[in-house]
Amino acid sequence: MTDTPSSQRVVRSRGSRLARREALTFYLLISPWLLGLLLFVLGPIIASLGFSLTRWDMLSPPEPVGLRNYARMIEDRLFWQSLSVTVRYTLMYVPSELIGGLLLALLMNQVSVRGIRAIRTIYYMPSVLSGVAFVVVWMWLFHPEAGLINATLATVGIRGPRWLADPNTALTALWLMSLWGLGRTAVIYLAGLRSIPRELYEAAAMDGAGAGQAFRHVTLPMLTPTIFFNLVLSIIATFQTFTSAFVATNGGPLDSTLFFVLYLYRKAFQDFQMGYASALAWVLFLIILGLTLLVVRSGQWWVYYEGEQQ
Amino acid sequence: MRRRASDVTRNAPAGLHRTGWRRWLVLAVLWGVAILFLIPFLWMLSSSLKPNYQMFEIPPRWIPNPPRWENYTEALTILPFDLYVRNTALITLLTIIGHLTSCTLIAYAFARLRAPGRDTLFVVMLATMMLPYPVTMTPLYALFNRLGWINTILPLTAPAFLGSPFYIFLMRQFFLTIPRDFEDAARIDGANTLQIIARIMAPMALPALATVTIFTFQATWNDFLAPLIYLQKPELYTVTLGLQFFRSTYTTNWAYLMAASLVTTLPVIAVFFVAQRYFIEGITLTGVKG
Repeated sequence: MTDTPSSQRVVRSRGSRLARREALTFYLLISPWLLGLLLFVLGPIIASLGFSLTRWDMLSPPEPVGLRNYARMIEDRLFWQSLSVTVRYTLMYVPSELIGGLLLALLMNQVSVRGIRAIRTIYYMPSVLSGVAFVVVWMWLFHPEAGLINATLATVGIRGPRWLADPNTALTALWLMSLWGLGRTAVIYLAGLRSIPRELYEAAAMDGAGAGQAFRHVTLPMLTPTIFFNLVLSIIATFQTFTSAFVATNGGPLDSTLFFVLYLYRKAFQDFQMGYASALAWVLFLIILGLTLLVVRSGQWWVYYEGEQQ
Repeated sequence: MRRRASDVTRNAPAGLHRTGWRRWLVLAVLWGVAILFLIPFLWMLSSSLKPNYQMFEIPPRWIPNPPRWENYTEALTILPFDLYVRNTALITLLTIIGHLTSCTLIAYAFARLRAPGRDTLFVVMLATMMLPYPVTMTPLYALFNRLGWINTILPLTAPAFLGSPFYIFLMRQFFLTIPRDFEDAARIDGANTLQIIARIMAPMALPALATVTIFTFQATWNDFLAPLIYLQKPELYTVTLGLQFFRSTYTTNWAYLMAASLVTTLPVIAVFFVAQRYFIEGITLTGVKG
């Protein structure tokens, strides 16, 4: 966000009247965003906090109930179930995405740019599908009798699990399905790997570092900002999982895939309990905020920014 | 962008072009994973052409014999998918126009103009990128309901004209790589800010505009939660809503479902193939330099 010397010269030589005009132009240009910030972000966040203290079905006016919506959560079995499903899924998905994406990227990085062009395309392709199409394909792959997975297992005499139809395997099936989207992360990591200056490897080799040492002391530290950024986004996104559960299982069987946002959606748009839904939304907000801050805090121990003083 | 692409090749780590058995092993693993990634696509294509009595064969049949092309015409006429495609295309087009105009102006301001409070506002904008959509979901519904916008496309398209943090960030990052000399020259010739953005910055930022266009296209075409909330009338359905409705209604006819999934996905896959470069550059610009 630093200005180049030439612009500073221009501004200074024409005095503060121009600086004021520039500031005015700035605020004029960003005014749509400021309006959107108030109308669609800050306003709704505050309104949602207000709604969370009411009972409201959207037909009659909201009726204040104090903190009763929050107290209700403690007793609400489905609230705890949805929280547990979401946390377990996050614990499965985020590490596998990080490690799997990184491994694929490291392998791709071993081959010249031309050699992996087709592979990169194939890896990225599932990520351009809509959530719905993505899920529909996997519902068919997971079909207990005729799906490709169990039909293939059956030909070698193995009876496959009932996947999405079994409360014990449904969440695992959703996790396996999500790995089909791993290519996107791999491509991001690959771009990060490719932007590491070659000189660092040459210097490491000159100091007698082997491939393993070069990885530990050059590749990994240089890649930490990319890993960090994706880790934060991945946690935030995983906590908001909705489409896959809504389309594939609608939370079932036996609430085994009742994700938090799916529960929130039901409360808001099927039961029209807007007050309770808003309270759920705020709890989600605080959880995500807390986790994000935790990761950001931990970043100072393991994220390496080039050009920053140690 | 073009300059950066060549940097990327030059900066490839030492030992990159190694030959011999290790390279072949790496390639074998990579292609093995690639085939795994392709299987669902091939299975989708194969299933979409199967007559019903071949769907449930064990071992699974890969080549439908004979291929049943009618699956496509039947699947796409049971529900009015042409209508869904038109609905989605309109929403997508408006969202793209909204993002291109608003984000260019806002990003230019953040990249070039100096004003008190600018850096704080920029941090606020980055923070809103992290805001979970479900948090604002219920109040937004209440707001749009008050405005009478439920069952119109306005809740899905109007916000796009007020900018989107992710794309503003992406465009700003790109503007920062453009030298100031061009603008300074134009300013001396008497051009105002809007003229500078329209005649100098936008043409130079075409790769970034392309990235914004295809990312918006993909995200809007594939969006599910927002249409699900705001579009309750079947004649307003987007393709994802149509597909979900199809799935919940004709759940046993997998051939139709695969055919409908493939056809409604085709535009996004086609755009991806044509504009692959911008996908990759876009996620590099925002994911690595973030």
